[in-house]
Amino acid sequence: MVWPLAITPGPRQLALLKIVLFAFCLLPLLQLGWNAWNENLGANPIEFITRALGTWTLNFLLITLSVTPLRKITGWHWLLRLRRMLGLYVFFYAFLHLTTYLWLDKFFDWQAIAKDILKRPFITIGMSAFALLLPLALTSNNTMLRRLGGKLWQRLHRAVYVIAILGVVHYWWLVKLNVTLPAVYAVLLALLLGIRVHWRDPQRKIRRQA
Amino acid sequence: MLIKEPDQIAPSEITPRSLFLRRREFVGAATGLVLSAALDPIATALAVEKPLAAAKSPLSTQEKATSLKDVTSYNNFYEFGTDKADPALHAHALKTRPWTISVEGLVKQPKTFSIDDLFKIGPLEERIYRLRCVEGWSMVIPWLGLPLANLLKTVEPLGSAKYVEFTSIADAKTMPGVARGMLDWPYIEGLRIDEAMHPLSLLAVGLYGEALPNQNGAPVRLVVPWKYGFKSSKSIVRIRFVEREPQSAWMKASSREYGFYSNVNPEVDHPRWSQATERRIGEFLKRKTLPFNGYADQVGQLYAGMDLKKNY
Repeated sequence: MVWPLAITPGPRQLALLKIVLFAFCLLPLLQLGWNAWNENLGANPIEFITRALGTWTLNFLLITLSVTPLRKITGWHWLLRLRRMLGLYVFFYAFLHLTTYLWLDKFFDWQAIAKDILKRPFITIGMSAFALLLPLALTSNNTMLRRLGGKLWQRLHRAVYVIAILGVVHYWWLVKLNVTLPAVYAVLLALLLGIRVHWRDPQRKIRRQA
Repeated sequence: MLIKEPDQIAPSEITPRSLFLRRREFVGAATGLVLSAALDPIATALAVEKPLAAAKSPLSTQEKATSLKDVTSYNNFYEFGTDKADPALHAHALKTRPWTISVEGLVKQPKTFSIDDLFKIGPLEERIYRLRCVEGWSMVIPWLGLPLANLLKTVEPLGSAKYVEFTSIADAKTMPGVARGMLDWPYIEGLRIDEAMHPLSLLAVGLYGEALPNQNGAPVRLVVPWKYGFKSSKSIVRIRFVEREPQSAWMKASSREYGFYSNVNPEVDHPRWSQATERRIGEFLKRKTLPFNGYADQVGQLYAGMDLKKNY
């Protein structure tokens, strides 16, 4: 499939695009900060902050996972050059989300935190997702990519699919009754993963034939 | 320039929000005066909207009350939607006058009461209670109401009555959450008869000195301060004395997570989250949750000998 618009930014345009994207990805955090400054976070600000950061972690996860399908559909291969930053933003928001829980919710009461991780399935799952995300963030730079070698690096970074599933389950299990929003995330994720399976199959056949 | 400092405006000069929101009705009421005729319901509405006179109660807590803004903007009232902001957004559509509560079932004298009748039964008291939500947050709310027992006694319950069942209004036309499903409407809750007759059980008709805002369960709601908030039914239309333990809306939705008793208990966790601590709205640090929400001295004996882990 080839998109009618063949756009390929030059190196300088791409650098500019990266700066713009970098700033754009900070907007949710700035908005949160602005609302906090204006005491506009409602009656339960800490819950609001935790949820907003969690939501944005999931949003960036889905955005990151859209890069490959979007690239295939549009033929804009340069989109791949933006993926690392998007992935790191997933980590950034996940880190802030976790920090809010550890600090503002639990005030570093490690005993209570350990109990939560062991006893609360949605927290167990959230923590696992973060634990899996950490090595991806640490190996995101070129040095680590070279050191690991492309194949191993790629295999490691496929953990993002598991992380995304864990992330959506984490959201689903914390909701009291109305699972509409978690279901929306689940459907979007299913589409993003499904399209990969769909695209992968014929390639496999070709490989087998060859 | 003449700009008034906000603190120069006396609280009494500010039109209460509930009145302000109904200003068109009052203009209508004035017109009605001229036209005479259908005066009575409007007069009743006006009478109820006036600041309510109520005696202070020794059962009140001395703790600092949660701000009116938080009490009226952070609500769980799923008939209007599952978001905390939904009730304040949508509840204005609920028609709270005329309103009746029928008290029926295993009683000698089934009766239907208007809100005015409840005022007559009284006595109206201000009760400042802690409210602990099953989700892990809490508030302190100055309710206005009458002891539930005072109403229940008037119908003379029969000896066979063991439980009291509360039914809330479920009007799909004015309540978007009802139209959407989620819970099995109408909202049903229940108490054992001794719990319902306990002096702490309150039938609230107001808060912060005024009639209940719609989002808080107008015109009349239950307040059972030692149980999780969802046990305190809002906008009640029917109270029924029954022999068997009523199945509440939340029990039907998830009996593993929400039991009949639902007493506040830091030792018994919700299957998905801890109940050991709570966030008091307006406070930064979390507090420890107290057994029976701090009312153990008054209500503990109701559950003597019961396994509270089993009867959650």
